[in-house]
Amino acid sequence: MSDTLEPQTFRVTRADLVRYAGASGDFNPIHWSDRVATGVGLPGVIAHGMFTMALVGRAVTTWAGAADAVVEYSVRFSRPVPVPDTDEGTEVLVTGTVKETTAEGLTRLVLTATCQGEKVLSLAQATIRKR
Amino acid sequence: MPLDQSFVGRSWPATEPYLVGREKIREFARAIGAADVEYHDPAAARALGYADVVAPPTFPVVITMAASRQIIEDPALGLDYSRVVHGDQKFAYARPVVAGDELVCVNSVDEITSRGGHDFITTRTEVTTAAGEPVVTVWSKLVQRGEH
Repeated sequence: MSDTLEPQTFRVTRADLVRYAGASGDFNPIHWSDRVATGVGLPGVIAHGMFTMALVGRAVTTWAGAADAVVEYSVRFSRPVPVPDTDEGTEVLVTGTVKETTAEGLTRLVLTATCQGEKVLSLAQATIRKR
Repeated sequence: MPLDQSFVGRSWPATEPYLVGREKIREFARAIGAADVEYHDPAAARALGYADVVAPPTFPVVITMAASRQIIEDPALGLDYSRVVHGDQKFAYARPVVAGDELVCVNSVDEITSRGGHDFITTRTEVTTAAGEPVVTVWSKLVQRGEH
C-alpha cells in the first residue's frame, strides 16, 4: 500500500445529481433546480455534499482495497460544488496522504477534494484497518 | 429564531426496521460510479467474506437521513429546512452494511450552537440490526444559515 492516493478526477454532471437524488432519497431542489438554488443565494445547482463524500469514499476504498477496511470516515463541507447544466458539468479532484499509524495499528488518511481550484472539503479523513 | 436547546441530550424511540435490499445497494453503487464487484455480485461478495453484496461507506446516510426526520421536522425544534446546508458528516463503522440487513436507528441530538448568525445542530444516529448488533454510528451537523 503506497502512502499516497493516486490523485483522481471525478466528472460530475447534472445527470449524476439526478441519479444520486433518486438513489439516496435526497430530493432537495437545490440539487436539481437553478430557480430554487439561486433563490437561496447559491450560484446555481450544487452537488449533494454526500455525493462528493461518496466520490472521495470511492478513492479511499480503492486505495484500501476493501469496503470493510474503512473504520471511520468524516468530512466538513467547506464550499459547495456548483454543477453547470452542460455536457461537461464540472470536475472534483481527490487526493490523499497517510498521516499516521495509530497505536492500534490503524492507518489515518488525510483527504482533499477540490473543484475549480477551491477546497470543497476540509477536515476530511478516513481511518483504515488493513486486511 | 434560535433552535430549541431543550433538544440537546434527547433520544428518540428506535425507528421501524429498514430492510437493506440488494437492488438498493446496486442502485446506490451505480449512482456514485462504484463498479467494484462486491457492490454488485453476491457470489463475488461472498468470496470476499461478505454475507451478500456490501454497501459503499456512505450508503448508511440513505437510512439515517430518513430516520432523522423525526428530529428535524419536529416544529418544536424550530428548524427552517429551506435555509439548511450540510456542515459535517462522520461515520464510525462496527462493520459494513450488507444486503439483507434489517437496521434500526436510534437518534439523539449531541449539540446545538449558534455562531455568526447561523445555527448548528449535530445529530447522532446509532444504527444497529433489529437484534441489537452495532453496525455504524452516524453524525450529521446541519447549518441553518442566518436570514440576512
